[in-house]
Amino acid sequence: MGRTLAEKVWDAHVVRSADGEPDLLYIDLHLIHEVTSPQAFDGLRLSGRRVRRPDLTLATEDHNVPTVDVEAPIADPVSRTQVETLRKNAAEFGVRLHPLGDVEQGIVHVVGPQLGLTQPGMTIVCGDSHTSTHGAFGALAFGIGTSEVEHVLATQTLQQTRPRTMAVTVNGSLTEGVTAKDLILTLISRTGTGGGQGYVVEYRGQAIEELSMEGRMTVCNMSIEWGAKAGLIAPDRTTLDYLAGRPEAPRGDDWDAAVASWTTLVTDDDAAYDAEIVIDASEVTPFVTWGTNPGQGVPLGASVPAPEDFVTDSDRQAAQKALDYMGLTAGTPMREIAVDTVFVGSCTNGRIEDLRLAAEVLEGRRVASGTRLLVVPGSVRVRLQAEAEGLDKVFLESGAEWRGAGCSMCLGMNPDQLAPGERSASTSNRNFEGRQGKGGRTHLVSVPVAAATAVAGHLAAPSDLSAGV
Amino acid sequence: MDAFTTHSGTVLPLRRSNVDTDQIIPAVYLKRVTRTGFEDGLFGAWRNDPEFVLNNPAHAGASILVAGPDFGTGSSREHAVWALMDHGFTAVLSPRFADIFRGNAGKAGLLAAQVDQDVVERLWALAEQEPAAEVTVDLRTCEVRAGDVTAPFLIDDYTRFRLLNGLDDIAITLSHDDEISRYEAARPSWTPVTLVN
Ligand code: SF4
Repeated sequence: MGRTLAEKVWDAHVVRSADGEPDLLYIDLHLIHEVTSPQAFDGLRLSGRRVRRPDLTLATEDHNVPTVDVEAPIADPVSRTQVETLRKNAAEFGVRLHPLGDVEQGIVHVVGPQLGLTQPGMTIVCGDSHTSTHGAFGALAFGIGTSEVEHVLATQTLQQTRPRTMAVTVNGSLTEGVTAKDLILTLISRTGTGGGQGYVVEYRGQAIEELSMEGRMTVCNMSIEWGAKAGLIAPDRTTLDYLAGRPEAPRGDDWDAAVASWTTLVTDDDAAYDAEIVIDASEVTPFVTWGTNPGQGVPLGASVPAPEDFVTDSDRQAAQKALDYMGLTAGTPMREIAVDTVFVGSCTNGRIEDLRLAAEVLEGRRVASGTRLLVVPGSVRVRLQAEAEGLDKVFLESGAEWRGAGCSMCLGMNPDQLAPGERSASTSNRNFEGRQGKGGRTHLVSVPVAAATAVAGHLAAPSDLSAGV
Repeated sequence: MDAFTTHSGTVLPLRRSNVDTDQIIPAVYLKRVTRTGFEDGLFGAWRNDPEFVLNNPAHAGASILVAGPDFGTGSSREHAVWALMDHGFTAVLSPRFADIFRGNAGKAGLLAAQVDQDVVERLWALAEQEPAAEVTVDLRTCEVRAGDVTAPFLIDDYTRFRLLNGLDDIAITLSHDDEISRYEAARPSWTPVTLVN
């Protein structure tokens, strides 16, 4: 019988397989950052171990870094210590690091793909749950804990139990103004946050094939938000076009050999998934969250749901709790919800295509008074590209803040945070209580909705804005 | 990881059940960037109480923590195990452990031995009457011995095997080094590297 894409990548990386033991899986690329790596390096030191393959390891600074005054020392001592520890560890163990101020610095999941290090058929891990982003290239990519980070550093392998596979087939095409973000938010609202538990998910079908690499990364990025271990998409012409010529992509004969191998990375016709979900892309509309987990979302044109709308007791209680935290009243049209802050950025929507989409909406318009708009590129390269295209001017002229690269308000570990009670429309991936700052209220949205919301001052789509307002 | 065969020391009698990991080490102590040095945070909130058993000089130097059922529930933080070890504990005895805590303990080399409630009661009584009484936990026979108490304890076979041989997960994987090297030798030459040699 044939095999699925995920099974092919898995099988190609099994170093050792024995009855009653998890498989030992080889790791092609290990990405690290300042927050989840210090104890792993310390563990190596305590046991006198080395990093087995520094040449398959890459470090960047992202979670803690400031996005203003990036040349000045980091003000918060705890953040500064974590960043300095990463620098010390990278130097001691011979790991390549892109620190603050480096042209390749940025969010780990933006940096890997843009360098061309993320390639089809690879196994990629990082001490960060959004490692699933790299699955957009047909790689098997997932987040790990600190003990596992140490395990990979020391052995370049992981002990892993073979997961089940699921297909999410998206038929038809997304309509004008509907993005990959709307698609994944719609999917999560249908499955709930645990719907993907135990699965590696393959996204497929016409709408997925029609997505750019940026869009595919947005979809795979949020796999973890519905509980999947990883999400991946078979490589195709779009993937090859994105990779060709990137600094770390293969060249010449190597490129040909790589492409020959990558073209085998498709699910065989006679392969069987353990589960399948089918979605009609033409039915997807701009989608926003109202609650405190990514599954609590509705179409932008809908209203805040009531707890009674839910079937199970636990969903009703969760809805009531979310409404209380979010300060929302059931029945309020989503479009009437006013926001204080709009955040465009993160490993979900902080790439060049995202910034172009935002600029398109903001061109010739002003951010509403009383609303602030933060545009935070996912990497320094993205920032430079945006500036080369003049997008920074569009942002600044509209009244937005144009920042340095990093995770920023996605998790509020740096000074970019919501104040208690403040409400945001955010292109990031988590609307958990306090995620963007203690007491902050987050609505997850697509980039066009974020930009239109900044102009309108309340949740809105670009089509709601009159020309030139 | 050091091999664990048998350990003798004195007991800290912690007369509490449902000791969750937030109590073992509160979140404010998690910001440290090292894997060691978490002893300050151990039972951080409870230690403010001068009556708390850990503050009793009679039990200074105790290396075997004996607690009530459901020890280590709550958050998955590995720091809870690290804090106990950093403080000098080698073994924890309880009638029931939370799964994740037990897993983390096995990874780090802390013996989490499951004993009957009546054994816990007798060890508590012994340590309170005679704080310097020596107690032995023997992983070879899966027994705890103290004075006239000899009682069995439970631990899963795989963890026991790893502790007896001083093998952590990494050590086990490294014992397959030849297989890893064989795999590495066969990787395609075009797979990317982050460093040019
Ligand atoms: S942008 Fe947000 S989700 Fe992505 S790596 Fe940074 S903190 Fe995590």
